[in-house]
Amino acid sequence: MKKRARFIEKFSFTLIKIMSFTIIFFLLFFLFYIFSKGYSALSIDFITKFPENNMTEGGIFPAILGTLFLIIGSTLFSVPVGIMTAIYLNEYPINPKLLNIVRMMINNLAGVPSVVFGLFGLSVFVIFFKFGSSMLAGSLTLGILNLPLIIRSTEEALKTVPDSYREASLALGATKWQTIRKIVLPSAIPGILTGIMLSMGRAAGETAPIMFTCATFYIPYIPTSIFSEVMALPYHIYVLATAGTEIEKTRPIQYGTAIVLIALVLILNLAGMILRYKYKKRFEE
Amino acid sequence: MKKKYNTYSHNISDKLVKLLLTFVTFFSVSILFLIMIFLFKEGLPVFKVVSIKDFILGKQWYPTSTPPKFGILPLIAASLSVTFLSAIIAVPFSLAIAIYLSEIASNGIKQIFKPTIELIASIPSVVIGFFGMVVFAPFLQNIFKIESGLNLFNAAIMLSFMSIPTIASISEDAISSVPSSLKEASYALGATRWETITKITLSAAISGIWTSIILGLARVLGETMVVLMVAGGATTFPKSIFSPIRPLTSNIAAEMAEASYRSEHYYALFAIGIVLFILTFIFNFIANYISEKYKFKYD
Repeated sequence: MKKRARFIEKFSFTLIKIMSFTIIFFLLFFLFYIFSKGYSALSIDFITKFPENNMTEGGIFPAILGTLFLIIGSTLFSVPVGIMTAIYLNEYPINPKLLNIVRMMINNLAGVPSVVFGLFGLSVFVIFFKFGSSMLAGSLTLGILNLPLIIRSTEEALKTVPDSYREASLALGATKWQTIRKIVLPSAIPGILTGIMLSMGRAAGETAPIMFTCATFYIPYIPTSIFSEVMALPYHIYVLATAGTEIEKTRPIQYGTAIVLIALVLILNLAGMILRYKYKKRFEE
Repeated sequence: MKKKYNTYSHNISDKLVKLLLTFVTFFSVSILFLIMIFLFKEGLPVFKVVSIKDFILGKQWYPTSTPPKFGILPLIAASLSVTFLSAIIAVPFSLAIAIYLSEIASNGIKQIFKPTIELIASIPSVVIGFFGMVVFAPFLQNIFKIESGLNLFNAAIMLSFMSIPTIASISEDAISSVPSSLKEASYALGATRWETITKITLSAAISGIWTSIILGLARVLGETMVVLMVAGGATTFPKSIFSPIRPLTSNIAAEMAEASYRSEHYYALFAIGIVLFILTFIFNFIANYISEKYKFKYD
């Protein structure tokens, strides 16, 4: 009986290991494949030049720039609003029942499909506020999409700050806001930054929310105002791969754009992860 | 006197800050309502031309024919079938990863494995859709000798790849939080590690696992780009796992550009947004309910 149990255990553990590593293998294959196909398209010109010859040649500079603008724009909205909300929820006394409802609503906001955020952005920013299809509308839409993420990560970071810090500050006569500003926030900064990095990565990669609010297939100039339409990396991949007459001819550019987008997102995420790792270590010491 | 003045001004600024924070928090919370209001405002007018029943249960989606037909049942069927199929694929792999990370892997492996899985979650969906389209679709076409590799099956595979990090990491948290006293009691009774995992640890963590699955499914249901690029796009009912389909999300994304402002078509697409909003609301509600109701009681 015992022998059989041991055999089952060995078999199951092996199966679990195989299944786990299959996923890692798939990830590596995925990254390797895209890299190997798009590698030839990469060059300095590819990231610094405008598209040429009906998109079949040249670079993707305006799409990179557009995505950077959208990252910055969305962060300018989501970070202050998200951090302030998290501070209020975590540091100020709120009726626990109300707090539960608020948390649930923020969770629900996090679960809303990105395409619905796109519809919201279209009806509110593009149409209702008459921003038109513009960088402003796209940034605000992405900012709202990222808001729950910022709130959640900031709250988590605030929670790791020991209460003794707050009590010591208050005991020395500091007011609540002084305590938050000078004691709590500085201790929570690395955790908050991690959340910001992850949200920037998300803003860079989202496509559905920008389709109806700001993205355009091609503009021959650098966007001059927040009311300009922009090109963006994810939308560029989507359009090149699905529409137009030169789908096969632009394939290397599609792979190349995918590499640039993945690299951008991975760098942001790795930065966030490293920050979090260092931060954890500091608190464990 | 000076000191008193200082405290006074600090109290004022403290109050102002609190007021500002309250206001901003109120704004953050109200966004969910704003989304609802604007979806309803732009979506409800479609029910002047089609009844709610015909909209939800109508079997034909021909928005540009005359008269247009706004039946979203095939789209709902597409969304549910792709979600279901991807769950069948994603759940076993996710649970394997969760068990591996929490019970089997050494600390060293864990420290590399976990962030790697998290990296999957950060890959933009458009890139996964692109991969499904240009790499996986031709592969499927060759292997199974089918007309097109852009279909339900392909979409389900790509979506399960996307949802594995969500399901795996939340399940892992649930499994790791099972108190070791439970496991030790099981070992003391002579159970093997595997018996302990299946009979004790997993059943103690089951609510967290269900929560993770539901949240993963909600993500699949709401995902747009992958299904838009990979699922094939036919607005008919799925007949086999190789049928081309068009889920709710991708239908909005595919047609919004061609729907003229405030036309019946435009209203209908927003109404689909309402359906999606309600569906994800239900998913979140269930997840919340399970995790609250069966919160760990062993402390």
